[in-house]
Amino acid sequence: MAERVERQQSALSLQMRGICKRFGATVALQDVSIRVDGGQVLALVGENGAGKSTLMKVLSGAVIPDAGQMYLSGAPYLPGNPLEARRAGVAMIYQELSLAPHLSVEENIVLGMEPAALGIVDWKQVRRRAVEAIKEFDNPELTPDAQVRRLSVGSQQLVEIARALAIGCRVLVLDEPTSSLTRQDVERLFEIIGRLKKQGKAIVYISHFIEEVKRVADRVTVLRDGQVVGSSDVDVISTNQIIALMVGRQVDDLYPRSVRRPGEVVLEIEDLAGLEKPESASLQLRRGEVLGIAGLVGAGRTELLRCLFGLESVRKGKIRLGVYAGAASPLKRWMQGAGILSEDRKQEGLALSLSLADNVTLSKLRGFGPFGLVLPSRQDEATGRWIERLGIRCLGPRDRVSSLSGGNQQRVAIARLLQHDVDVLLLDEPTRGIDVAAKAMIYRLIDELATGCPAEGRAPRAILMVSSYLPELMGVCDRVAVMCRGRLGPTHRIDEVDEHKLMLEATGQNERSAYSV
Amino acid sequence: MKALNWRRWVNTFGPLLALLGVYGLFVLIAPPSFATVRNLETIARQTTIVGMAALGMTVIIIAGGIDLSVGSLVALSTVVIALLLQNAGTGPVISAAGGVAAAAFFGALSGLLITRLRVVPFIVTLGMMLVVRGTAKGLAREQTIAVDPGRLRWLEYLLRSVAGREQSWMLLPPGVWMWLILAVVMALFLRYTRLGRHSFAIGSNEQTARLCGVAVERVKVLVFTLGGVFAGLGGLMQFSRLTKGDPTVAVGLELDVIAAVVIGGGSLSGGEGSILGTIVGALIMTVIASGCTQMGLPNWVQEIITGAIIVAAVAVDRLRHRHIA
Repeated sequence: MAERVERQQSALSLQMRGICKRFGATVALQDVSIRVDGGQVLALVGENGAGKSTLMKVLSGAVIPDAGQMYLSGAPYLPGNPLEARRAGVAMIYQELSLAPHLSVEENIVLGMEPAALGIVDWKQVRRRAVEAIKEFDNPELTPDAQVRRLSVGSQQLVEIARALAIGCRVLVLDEPTSSLTRQDVERLFEIIGRLKKQGKAIVYISHFIEEVKRVADRVTVLRDGQVVGSSDVDVISTNQIIALMVGRQVDDLYPRSVRRPGEVVLEIEDLAGLEKPESASLQLRRGEVLGIAGLVGAGRTELLRCLFGLESVRKGKIRLGVYAGAASPLKRWMQGAGILSEDRKQEGLALSLSLADNVTLSKLRGFGPFGLVLPSRQDEATGRWIERLGIRCLGPRDRVSSLSGGNQQRVAIARLLQHDVDVLLLDEPTRGIDVAAKAMIYRLIDELATGCPAEGRAPRAILMVSSYLPELMGVCDRVAVMCRGRLGPTHRIDEVDEHKLMLEATGQNERSAYSV
Repeated sequence: MKALNWRRWVNTFGPLLALLGVYGLFVLIAPPSFATVRNLETIARQTTIVGMAALGMTVIIIAGGIDLSVGSLVALSTVVIALLLQNAGTGPVISAAGGVAAAAFFGALSGLLITRLRVVPFIVTLGMMLVVRGTAKGLAREQTIAVDPGRLRWLEYLLRSVAGREQSWMLLPPGVWMWLILAVVMALFLRYTRLGRHSFAIGSNEQTARLCGVAVERVKVLVFTLGGVFAGLGGLMQFSRLTKGDPTVAVGLELDVIAAVVIGGGSLSGGEGSILGTIVGALIMTVIASGCTQMGLPNWVQEIITGAIIVAAVAVDRLRHRHIA
């Protein structure tokens, strides 16, 4: 029988003071302080990588800070793990829900704290608690014996919230709660947040969407590069001011940019739609240019690249790659001279248990021996050249990829595109999770590829690059388009936009202003 | 760097050392008859059926699959060979090819079902195990099919001992040589052909393979077909030993075959395994059986020891994965 959290008499408040956290050489959080009181919604905003998720991991006990204190209703609060945090009354509702999909709503709500005597579950008690927990939500889909996997994502989220409330949590942290919800579910969620607030719960609301923040939150705290850059009541700060706080950063010359001469159109898509995302995307990519796609996580940018490469089904629209029209399989795309760099190195990009040589040459195991045979010595020879050229730190071409660091793994993944000698590169978050040295190398490489080298007979390539890091897009791209909720906006020349404008478009602000006109 | 080389060395030759260790142990404790050249030949003969089927299973497991229908395929192959020899009156070559082809057909069918229906190999081949067994029994009308001795020709010599006969220059019976030569072919296949490299890639990370344009479905069907071919060849060896078609033979053989691959370093999560390891794995099991028999230990002791070795081998496999991760 799990203990219910004791109701403390003092007023509810959660404070984090001077939190610092480093991961190796990277400073993830530097002297961050936030405060949220009972009956209040605090919005935490910032770009991807600003430190929001690390901060929340500190709050939930998943990460132990290097310095700083936390207080819950005035008493020191130092959870060692997420379970301790829950016991103390702080619950996280993550983007990826942590429910048992095959169990019923009530079983999920009492999971791990089933009321029982002598190990025998007291189902009446279970039902009573579940009904009590979900009656607040007033949602017809949500019945105690409904199977969780049959519920909509929005209702599943409510089950998760109900579970937190059932054990008496009073501080709720919602991490990007609306990113996968329908419009209607979003409204319902906002209504529930309003009710929880009235009941005196303290809520931390993490979001990219400034419109939502303005609607649902009382206070907003902006994080950038691991620091709090501003904190204000929502009523007295404008959307523009919030965005200015989120991006205000200088682009330095980490990004080399040679003179680029865009040539013929090599990739053209028209009103492309996938099964779910993207909903509509049109663009033209020319040889010798870098076209960036900005947007928030979950906007459908990865799906766009995957549709282009034949990894996901296309519902409608036109694709033309070089002289080839229509959708195609990954094999055909490679043969047509396109290559893709996956955003997920470990799950998809690389076969970690195989050698560098096998990974680099996997897309084209031809030309490594007579009669179509693959001679390992020739694979090694080809791989050795890329190890040298890209500065991959490893024991040799036969080293397992799993033993390399993130930055070096990414170099291996890129070496595959270079070894295949593709004309059109689809790069999905090429610098995610890698060190600055590897980033700089990749920016340099992108510039070289886009520029080409006529003297050495290397033609310019065409590069389509998805990134969530705006400074990077501003630094390397010639043109950029923004994707928002599945729709790809118009392409802008890079000198016609700034980060602020892109962020407005990515958060759907331009849509709203269009309505208000 | 040194640690890594050491580990790679152990991964490659570890099973071989284990085989020598087990053999050496029995040389010490078993009666002198165990350590004779003659007994070595017997061990080789007794390993060939499992070892043959295990060549195909190695490729399947490397590609991240599993085939539980192997025992049934062996039985089907013996039945088809016997039917062709006895009823159709075809020669030994055609009959043998027919048996292998029948097994290959069902292997291909498994592969097609796995890729088209997107059902995991374990389930598809579990079903196929019954389907094939039933087919074999139906074809044989639930009887063993005896073959007139005159029609057997070379088929009866495949696994017969050559000791003391005029073929003794061969050292080992022709069936064993066939197995060893095919083993070399398969080892080269895995290392030097695109299909071989693609099998490793699919087993290591199917998503990466797909991303890189590997025709994942086609490779899987081919791999399971290959598995069927080798199960059929195992059936040929089984037929040679029995000289009749028996639809009830080789029940549970797939477990010995899988055990051979796993003891030899094949990982059930795919991407790892080697032909050399598999051969060693199959031999280890026969050496234990042979040693125990010669020491007069009852069958149940052999079974316990073999079981313990399988678990130990998989435990080692898990440990290695922990190192890699």
